[in-house]
Amino acid sequence: MKKIIPIGPYHPLQEEPEFFKLYVDGEKVVDIEIEIGYNHRGVEQLSTTKHYDQVTFLVERICGICSTSHPFAYVNAVEDLLGIDIPTRAKYIRSTIGELERLHSHLLWLGLAGHFIGYNTIWMWSWKYRENVCDILEVISGNRQHYSMFKVGGVRKDIPKEIIPQIEKMCDDLVPVVDMFKGAVMDDPVIHARLKGVGVLTKEDAIKYCVVGPTARASGIDIDVRRDDPYAAYGEVQFNVPVLYNGDVFDKAVIRILEMYESIRIIKQCLDKLKKEPEGNIEVKVDFIPPGEGIGRHEAPRGEVFHYIRSDGSNRPVRHKIRAPSYVNIASNKVAAVGQTISDAAITLASVDPCYCCTERTVAIDVNTKKEILTWNDLIKLSQQKTEWIKKHI
Amino acid sequence: MNMKEKIIDEVKNKLKDKIVDFFRKNDKRYYIEINKQNIIECVKVLFEDFGFRFSTATGIDCENNIEILYHFSYDKTGEIVSLKVKLDKNQPEIESLTKVFSAAEWIEREIWEMVGVNFIGHPNLKHLLLPEDWPEGKYPLREDVI
Repeated sequence: MKKIIPIGPYHPLQEEPEFFKLYVDGEKVVDIEIEIGYNHRGVEQLSTTKHYDQVTFLVERICGICSTSHPFAYVNAVEDLLGIDIPTRAKYIRSTIGELERLHSHLLWLGLAGHFIGYNTIWMWSWKYRENVCDILEVISGNRQHYSMFKVGGVRKDIPKEIIPQIEKMCDDLVPVVDMFKGAVMDDPVIHARLKGVGVLTKEDAIKYCVVGPTARASGIDIDVRRDDPYAAYGEVQFNVPVLYNGDVFDKAVIRILEMYESIRIIKQCLDKLKKEPEGNIEVKVDFIPPGEGIGRHEAPRGEVFHYIRSDGSNRPVRHKIRAPSYVNIASNKVAAVGQTISDAAITLASVDPCYCCTERTVAIDVNTKKEILTWNDLIKLSQQKTEWIKKHI
Repeated sequence: MNMKEKIIDEVKNKLKDKIVDFFRKNDKRYYIEINKQNIIECVKVLFEDFGFRFSTATGIDCENNIEILYHFSYDKTGEIVSLKVKLDKNQPEIESLTKVFSAAEWIEREIWEMVGVNFIGHPNLKHLLLPEDWPEGKYPLREDVI
């Protein structure tokens, strides 16, 4: 007899609301219905009420994990509309930020994946090392997330020469860590048994669902916007695009681990270039956006982010279409999770790395006096103190 | 002739008289306007014959009509070809692409609820992002929405 197991909209494991209805026959998942929309904020409409510089900050808030992906694709779209080229230094800074983000995002996913299959050691180690990447991003931009580095025509902040050795050291220290994770996944017979052949997305299905990013590359589709349609500094640095062919959760994990090596490679090449380039030349002035249309893309940690902008010559876009990679990747669960057992469903659904917003604010309240223990200003002060401390000690 | 010019030329040759308007923005971005009755045929040429990947579609409420742009990416050389169709504002409807590829399912549901375009032959045309009890006929991305 067919039964329905609801997962969500509020689920103890997942931070963001999504609703999966699993139709099961005994232990086996025979069909799945995916409902989204619990987190719809109307950003596309909101974007048409803001001027072009404000939109950069708005789209940065679409996602808390890959917060730089949307501004990256957005500025690419506006610059495509304008047909302008930005200074070399800005290009390399953009790529550095993009790759640092990929590092911390992949580490975050690796931790979550470990947590989902009950391998909490990976979870804690992975998130421990993710902190180092977030700290470096804080040193560069002042923020662990929402770096606010991008603007149409360039970047908002330079990466000064003094902090480049810190970033290089973080990258060097991360290589043995990624080695360790590679060993933990590749050499562990339990992980092999748990992940191999689970949640398989065949190449045919991957093409039909038009999936992107690591989800596509684990199914044998060799695509990567950074290489195929180069933007920022990606056309000028050397890197490989790992591709695997089984389409299961194991391959998706391995792809992400291998990509971390490539990200580190790209960052180091960018830093070498930044050392040689004179500081300060990081933007071109943009005064006027003419009527027209522009398309920008960025290879986010989860795959291609797509932005389309239409301008009528005013200071606000008349239409702004945004497509995040999870939009196509989550839909592919319809084939990947069917035919599996219920116990495999959680890791299969998580294997596309659906985008959970990690920027939740907490309020600590004293139960006796009902007053906030930490006010907004206290939190800001704490954050500033921490930034100072990191700058001194790293 | 390099590879980059080649694919767009091949597309142009194949679609030939179906092209209403052709616009080259730059080396990587092309916009091709077609009539709505040719949509399935043109999409099949791009997706099946040439191996383009469907990125997404944009529905836009313009002054006199409703435009849909189907963005296709050619990943071998990095071009984006956007097929543009213009629909009558009084009765906006077009053939669904779900029979060609599954990736069209969600975006067509979104354009239906946001801009109010009816996709003929869509297997499951219901709300995607908006709640089930959203008032009928109110399309948030239409200019005249109250």
